[in-house]
Amino acid sequence: MDSSRPSDHIDAPAVPPPVNQPKLDGLGYLRFFWRQLTSMRTALLLLLLLAIAAIPGSLVPQRSADPNGVIQFRDTNPELFGVLDTLQVFDTYTSVWFSSIYLLLFVSLIGCVIPRTRHHLQALRTAPPKTPARLERLAGFTSTGIADWSAEGGIEEARKLLKRQGYRTRLHSSGAERSVSAERGYLRETGNLVFHSALVGILVTVGVGGGFGYTGQKIVVEGQSLTNVLAGYDTFNPGRFFTPDDLVPYSLKLDEFTAVYEEENRGAYGMPIDYTAAVTTRLPGDEPREQRVKVNEPLAIGETNVYLLGNGYAPWVTVRDGDGNVAFSQPVVFRPQDSNLTSVGVIKVPDALPEQLGMIGFFYPTQCDRTLCPEQLFSVHADLLDPTLTLEVYTGDLGLDAGVAQSEYSLDPSGLTQVAGRDADSPGLLLKLGDTVELPDGLGSVELVSAPRFAAFDIHHDPTQAWVLAFSILILGGLLTGLFVPRRRVWVKAVQAEGGTRFEYAGLARGEDPGLDDAVADLAQKHSQQLGLRLNS
Amino acid sequence: MIETYVNLSLVAVYSALAVYALAFVAFTFDFSRRTAARQQQPAAVPARVGQIASLEANPLDPSEKPGSAADAAATGGGYGSRWARVGLALTVIGWLLHVSGTVLRGLASGGRVPWANMFEFTLTATALIIGVFLALQFWQDLRFVGAYVTGFVVLFLGVGTVNFYVDAIPLPPALQSAWLVIHVFVASLATAFLGLGAALSALQLVQARRAARAGAGGVLNNLPVAEKLENMAYRLNLVGFVFWTFTVMAGAIWAERAWGRYWGWDTKEVWSFIIWVIFAGYIHARATRGWRGSRSAWLAIIGFSAVIFNFTIVNLYFKGLHAYSGL
Repeated sequence: MDSSRPSDHIDAPAVPPPVNQPKLDGLGYLRFFWRQLTSMRTALLLLLLLAIAAIPGSLVPQRSADPNGVIQFRDTNPELFGVLDTLQVFDTYTSVWFSSIYLLLFVSLIGCVIPRTRHHLQALRTAPPKTPARLERLAGFTSTGIADWSAEGGIEEARKLLKRQGYRTRLHSSGAERSVSAERGYLRETGNLVFHSALVGILVTVGVGGGFGYTGQKIVVEGQSLTNVLAGYDTFNPGRFFTPDDLVPYSLKLDEFTAVYEEENRGAYGMPIDYTAAVTTRLPGDEPREQRVKVNEPLAIGETNVYLLGNGYAPWVTVRDGDGNVAFSQPVVFRPQDSNLTSVGVIKVPDALPEQLGMIGFFYPTQCDRTLCPEQLFSVHADLLDPTLTLEVYTGDLGLDAGVAQSEYSLDPSGLTQVAGRDADSPGLLLKLGDTVELPDGLGSVELVSAPRFAAFDIHHDPTQAWVLAFSILILGGLLTGLFVPRRRVWVKAVQAEGGTRFEYAGLARGEDPGLDDAVADLAQKHSQQLGLRLNS
Repeated sequence: MIETYVNLSLVAVYSALAVYALAFVAFTFDFSRRTAARQQQPAAVPARVGQIASLEANPLDPSEKPGSAADAAATGGGYGSRWARVGLALTVIGWLLHVSGTVLRGLASGGRVPWANMFEFTLTATALIIGVFLALQFWQDLRFVGAYVTGFVVLFLGVGTVNFYVDAIPLPPALQSAWLVIHVFVASLATAFLGLGAALSALQLVQARRAARAGAGGVLNNLPVAEKLENMAYRLNLVGFVFWTFTVMAGAIWAERAWGRYWGWDTKEVWSFIIWVIFAGYIHARATRGWRGSRSAWLAIIGFSAVIFNFTIVNLYFKGLHAYSGL
């Protein structure tokens, strides 16, 4: 029916394969290959292949979504890791095989959409086709009894009726026969084409626009600030086309982090129910503004969005060395280990005398009552109800001057001497808020000054967002119209018979149209009523 | 107060389970009667181009239109034994209990929507499946899939209530968003439509096989013919597909608000994508020569299996950001 459709489309005319296949030359092969690629069957096959190819990425951790999972996998299955990594399974969605499937699919899609768009633009300018000679073979065929009506008058009424129902109409006459042919539902094909084009739009937007974005992470303790410059981040992932000039150098100070915990519902006692980061932002050359960031409520500033993705405690520790000088005094970010914020952290004091000090610590916002859990310390509530810090203390060369990059979250105890802790003569230190505890051997003292909160911010700049949203809306709109607007042709014909005129009605579905019969019946009913005729049943 | 609501909710849910189980028994009796073979009626309905047989027949009353009884019987549309009526009535009663239980659960959790953990998803999604099943009766007589629907819901609601139960708790900050209401609700709605579509597709396969074995003029049963089942399944799956598309989009918008990116190939996102692609394939199959009929029916069934996989296995065993099962 539609020459623009792939040859194996259900509505395309069935072409029997030629018995003698002509020998194909180079161009012929190309044309053959192109036809194969743009056929429905290939599109279907590629779709199913795409679904299957997406599965491995859900079974195996992905570098993009779960980099730590990938490292873990490598440590536990080193051999399997090698094989899978060669196959790019840890980067499934950017792998050569996954990319080639969706790229082929999109080539096939474009190869299908372009001729159909051309055909549709033409169809939009073309009047409905001629009325078939025999309507009784078509869907919903109905006719009226014979009456003394003028063919022209009756058909004109039908045309008006059809026009009111949104049909495009055209009058025909051949001999004594008068008829109107009508077509509606052009929006169906429009929707279909919009849907497919918008898919291409998303692919192009993500492919090109993604390169201009960047993401950065920064942990900020209460009272501290982050600045949107490269050096201001803990980690930073630029897109391919990113330049440092893209950064708007605003600053954001974390004034206060508030967490609210459930107190009334006993089944959920202590569960966090709200996190709010009160911040003061300042754009270059602008007045400072007080704003807030919450989970699910990012803050838009300087072409970026600031997301609140984590929080915890950064105990403020002051270390005095053997001479009584303050060698260290600042908040230290401790990494949360469980939902009650039992946290682990490392304190490095290179300026302590006579020897450098290193400490591995556990922080418990609410330490479990020792009468209830004598074996082990842990936190039973995430809020600061009974904050406790335990420390194991080492002395020796921390190796900070060796020029080898070190994580601020880990301490390598090899080469160090434990002076307080499980392996030393003195037990580990235990501090409550405000406590000062002496180190053994006159090495100095440690004070837990306060326990401020930290917030983990993600800063994203993604220029594709608005475009992807716009294309998504087109996709949904195209889908709705492309699937649910019926495209149909309807005819009303006046046939001269003995004693007067008879009117005939019939329709033809173009694509899925379960409501066609009803539509023709409804038309016949209305038209015959208007003319005062009876329908033959 | 919370405990009163929780207990009332559970009583309602367990009662609903019992009533659904009875409905399942009634529907199963009905189904076995329908499938009892009988001779084909001589008055075959001539099929015209584009015609869908007897959509206009009132499903609840086959004798309403003279001449439509034989037509309806040939397609299984109007056939309904006493068991079918009993099954439908029980389903309505069970559903009212089910919905009350779901609403009470929402009240118990502090007036929030009752779909924030695995137990509550199950509660709401199964209520929607039955709700859609009942609502569709006004469009088509679908009582012949009653056994499937009630059986499915008894199984899932039972497992959900017994194995996935968690206390009624307030929403964690990550779920405090209007998108929770929209995204999860529409996903459940999509599941309901795709589930019913899959039921019809499965039945279509059975009928197609039966017809092929019987040959022309063979035995029929009181179920719609394969082609009619396919048409109905297609329409339900289309609605389900549109809802699923919306679910993925709403999810992407929410993901941007909550996690800072609209798409990140999280395991749940991956499976939602797979489901979307399978049903896109299904719709293309319907328009591809040689793929209409049984092949596309298989795709619909595989697609719905992926939905169930996404809801159960991915929720419980896969690592990802959608870790809200509460287990």
